[in-house]
Amino acid sequence: MQSLNLRAALTSLVFLVVLLGLWEAFNQPPEASGELSEFELLMGGADQEARVPPPSQVLGHAWDELSNPFYDAGPNDKGIGIQLAYSLYRVLTGYFFAALIAIPLGFVIGMSPLMYKALNPFIQVLRPISPLAWMPLALFIIKDSEQSAIFVIFICSIWPMLINTAFGVANVRKDWIKVARTHELGALKTAFLVILPAAAPTILTGMRISIGIAWLVIVAAEMLVGGTGIGYYVWNEWNNLDLNSVIFSILMIGVVGMLLDLALGAVAKLVQYEE
Amino acid sequence: MSKSFVSVEGLARKYPQKEGELVVFEDVNIGIEKGEFVCIIGHSGCGKSTILNVLAGLDTPSAGAVIMDGKEVSGPSLDRGVVFQNYSLLPWLTALHNVSFGVKARFPQWNKQQVNDHSRKFLEMVGLGHSLDKKPSQLSGGMRQRVSIARAFATSPKLLLLDEPFGALDALTRGVIQDELIKIWGETQQTVFMITHDVDEAILLADRILLMTNGPHARVAESVTINLPRPRQRASVVKDPGYYKIRNYLVNFLVERSGDLAGSAGDESGSFKTVEVDPTQLADTGEANNPMVEMPDLVASH
Repeated sequence: MQSLNLRAALTSLVFLVVLLGLWEAFNQPPEASGELSEFELLMGGADQEARVPPPSQVLGHAWDELSNPFYDAGPNDKGIGIQLAYSLYRVLTGYFFAALIAIPLGFVIGMSPLMYKALNPFIQVLRPISPLAWMPLALFIIKDSEQSAIFVIFICSIWPMLINTAFGVANVRKDWIKVARTHELGALKTAFLVILPAAAPTILTGMRISIGIAWLVIVAAEMLVGGTGIGYYVWNEWNNLDLNSVIFSILMIGVVGMLLDLALGAVAKLVQYEE
Repeated sequence: MSKSFVSVEGLARKYPQKEGELVVFEDVNIGIEKGEFVCIIGHSGCGKSTILNVLAGLDTPSAGAVIMDGKEVSGPSLDRGVVFQNYSLLPWLTALHNVSFGVKARFPQWNKQQVNDHSRKFLEMVGLGHSLDKKPSQLSGGMRQRVSIARAFATSPKLLLLDEPFGALDALTRGVIQDELIKIWGETQQTVFMITHDVDEAILLADRILLMTNGPHARVAESVTINLPRPRQRASVVKDPGYYKIRNYLVNFLVERSGDLAGSAGDESGSFKTVEVDPTQLADTGEANNPMVEMPDLVASH
């Protein structure tokens, strides 16, 4: 029997080829019966059917973009690398501040039943709010679109980290707490030597969910605030009717999101333990 | 009683209920001398574990107090090491780090080298010199419990508390670790208080066995002196002429008298005295001395 990984990779490849093949085959521009007008050229053909660029075109475009990702030719024309870097900067900044608040606060909520009960109503009301709903308020108070986008990332990443930290801390095995107590560890040492490593896998799960949500939200947030970033890029290329770029940036959003998840998955592996 | 190194005085645990209160145990008085190995045996629900947790400072009694070395126990302390039945190792640390975790807490002034050497020495004592860098998940149940025992001994507490440490192990492993416990105890001369369900284990290890009556209203009814010569070994101790006298006495207590005595009030003054017994000094009663008497399996009955 062949190794499962190899067979899975081959199967993936088959799916990819079939998918790209169908996409390519059904999206060829129709044979022109005569000279196309400028409007018809812009619409990708003479008929009214929606037609996306075939993969051969998208891949060609992707190659062009990726071979020079950091060019900057004015506000309407920046390389994909620059746009992604802006988005990553916003996501990571908002995420970092969210972690800075959510993890210590989650510790407090997890360790103190009083704080849990006292803060739970706030969390339950604030958590289901779409992060974009905060945008007008953020723009009004912060008066800066860049920082407002970061705030939106902050507010959407905080909840999974907060809830998972609180859950992980509250559910540390009582035996391990007993070990800390019989060894006369103080509160701080117990928190860092016993509770933190015990809850770390749960906390990391929360961090992983958060980074995924943050990456989902940044695209929408940048469509609103505009200027730079991958979300703005997608919307801008739609306005330019450059569907090649739209499809290419959609793929890039997916790839970067996957890389972010893989990175946190690797960190999670470091703190994982088997009982 | 108050002259003992560890002195448990008038300990009780009661839970208020709709009508009256549930008294798990009351009037428990125990004295433990320095260097003594004391086992406590009793049926489930008599409150043995609670007594041990109170000794550890992890639990507070409804009445009474524990005095150790002239001071009242009021909270957990490194002076009292605990080995729990479920090992209680930290799964993200290696065997060595689980032990040095305790050593560091006990001797904060030591440098890294001293901590490591000391931890290593105790792991070697329990035969784990080759598994220092393994995580608990990579160790068998018996090996985990050895790490736990090494951690407890390495912190050299004034009193070592063992809560059914071998309860979850198979009989063969249990025997091997019992031997190791005897060895390490012989080398360190620790004061040990241990809960067990296993009569043979208690006889093998203990200087004295405390017998508890059944709950509710459980009490320490008797303190049985085990004066079999040391060092004891599993293979030879059973050949001692006194062994079956002691064993039959204990089994007889657990099967019959622990129930009969349950809930019985003390003498006229109302206080309950622990009776000291040395079964080898008792007159032969024939039946109680017969090693062929069918022994009920106490462990299996739980």
